[in-house]
Amino acid sequence: MPIRSLKSAGRWVLAILLFAAGVWAQRSGVIEDFLYYLPDVRYLAVQHLFLTAMSGSLAIAIAVPLGIVLSRPSMARFAESLMQVLNVGTTIPTLAVLALSMSFLGIGTVPAVFGLTVATLLPITRNTYVGLKGVSPALMEAAAGLGMSPAQRLFRVELPNALYVIFAGIRTALAINVGTVPLAFLIGAGGLGELIFTGIDLYDTVMMLAGAIPTALLAVIVDALVATIAFLVVPRGVNPSRA
Amino acid sequence: MIRLDNLTKVFDTPKGAVVAADHINMEVPRGEICILLGPSGCGKTTTLKMINRIIRATSGKVFLDGEDTTGMNTQDLRRSIGYVIQQIGLFPNMTIEENITVVPRLLGWDRTAYKKRARELMDMIAMDAEAFLKRYPSELSGGQQQRIGVARALAADPPVMLMDEPFGAIDPINRAVIQDEFLKMQAELKKTIMFVSHDIDEAIKMGDRIAIFREGKLVQYSAPDDLLSAPRNGFVESFLGEDRALKRLNLVKVREVFSDEMGSVKPDDTLETALSRIDDFGYQNAILMVNDRGEPAGMITRSVARTTRGYCRDHYQTAPPVAQLDDDLRKVASLMFANDTTWLPCVDARGRVCGHITQRAMTHHLGSRYRSRPEDSAPLRSQPETKE
Repeated sequence: MPIRSLKSAGRWVLAILLFAAGVWAQRSGVIEDFLYYLPDVRYLAVQHLFLTAMSGSLAIAIAVPLGIVLSRPSMARFAESLMQVLNVGTTIPTLAVLALSMSFLGIGTVPAVFGLTVATLLPITRNTYVGLKGVSPALMEAAAGLGMSPAQRLFRVELPNALYVIFAGIRTALAINVGTVPLAFLIGAGGLGELIFTGIDLYDTVMMLAGAIPTALLAVIVDALVATIAFLVVPRGVNPSRA
Repeated sequence: MIRLDNLTKVFDTPKGAVVAADHINMEVPRGEICILLGPSGCGKTTTLKMINRIIRATSGKVFLDGEDTTGMNTQDLRRSIGYVIQQIGLFPNMTIEENITVVPRLLGWDRTAYKKRARELMDMIAMDAEAFLKRYPSELSGGQQQRIGVARALAADPPVMLMDEPFGAIDPINRAVIQDEFLKMQAELKKTIMFVSHDIDEAIKMGDRIAIFREGKLVQYSAPDDLLSAPRNGFVESFLGEDRALKRLNLVKVREVFSDEMGSVKPDDTLETALSRIDDFGYQNAILMVNDRGEPAGMITRSVARTTRGYCRDHYQTAPPVAQLDDDLRKVASLMFANDTTWLPCVDARGRVCGHITQRAMTHHLGSRYRSRPEDSAPLRSQPETKE
């Protein structure tokens, strides 16, 4: 009982605070300033999402097969050292990756997508690899003993059982990706970074926030989207969120 | 039928070659359970897994139903062999129904056929199809999971089954239940089964034949009773344990040892009749009273019969515990010890008295295998002795 009344009291306080914030925003004219940037935000958010979608799907298309190949028993000898190379790769800051890709591919969307893909690759590859390696040897023995071919083992047993871990990797990677896309503005690929960096340069807080807040919202939305897909796609028996 | 011909496995390890299975030759007749038994690292599991090529044989051949499997496609071979492992290995991403029907689906059965088969299998393992088929393995207890594991192995009705310590991870009470259920199923299905165990009691209970392994070699391969009564060497003897004569109690049924010659009285007989029958049959202490339906009703003791006049129905004591004809001697011995008696009346499936079993007859039956002198192995007329 006390906890419930505390909760409802908290809800009231929150509502009042929100209302007060709204009143303040209206009075100081911040809302109007924000609305001024709305067409820009719309245009740039689409550009932003396009960059995320391109680099994210490219990264998934490369990283998942790569993780699968690395987890095959025949690759066991090289897998760990290759994963180490990828690990070292992630320690390179994304900004440096973008700068490097700009020096090879010039400016615009192409080098941005390339740089973002490289930066997104690792968490997905690592989770795919670890997820597949983590499938219990007993399951693999049972699958082999019942007469599944290596491909049947991969698609009917290994991947479904590793899917939750793979999706966790995709989720992390895409959230980072959305948050990194603003840097792509620096090599001329647009996105919400345009408002953020211009806002910083002009010391225009509202402009900066008009870029930053939608970026944050996009990250949350993309994360929730992937989580929903994972919830629906991962089989119930191996899905901790549906247990 | 499973026949192994000079099956050998050599593992290359950093410390040099290790012979895990050394020219194993053995044959399991159709419809029998053969238990591979031995301490860990003795090569029993390696031998088993070479049959379905989970482990590749270094040399030697495996014959199933007289056919050399060397040329067979590995996937086809495995689909024709039921396989149960200790870790159960149910696929957590699949429902129970999907798990059970894995092999039929691999073999391309149509949907109605394998759905029907799933229900048949659930009936066979005495689990409710409606309640379980749509659930996931993680929602089942260990014992239930292993039943499903067995059902999955039986799904495509393979003639041969390989079982690698299938009941090893289940608690003792459930294990005994599952073993009994499995034996009941096997009595109908008559699969040819190779079964790895490290539990001598399980081997005696389940096996038609037992193969004892040591350091990659097959040391002795014989029926459980022969194994226990005539271990080939010191290793087998010590592996079986010092109480191996007691273990044989498990293997003998009351049916084989009981005697149908026994005296009894009816409730309407006089105590005088009872006393004379006690003397006629040479009983020391008491005689069984049997009611009209042939069920044991009570005991008339010698002292009562001698000192009192009247009818048996007024002067009996409670009936002793009874042995069923299909009980094993271990249970009978336990009943005797628990009730401080040296004999028990035997009853048939309908509960009617059909004879008695004595401690003397039991020890004699077991002992006869160890004695070589012919005069001792002659059948002895056994008698009920005393009952307090």
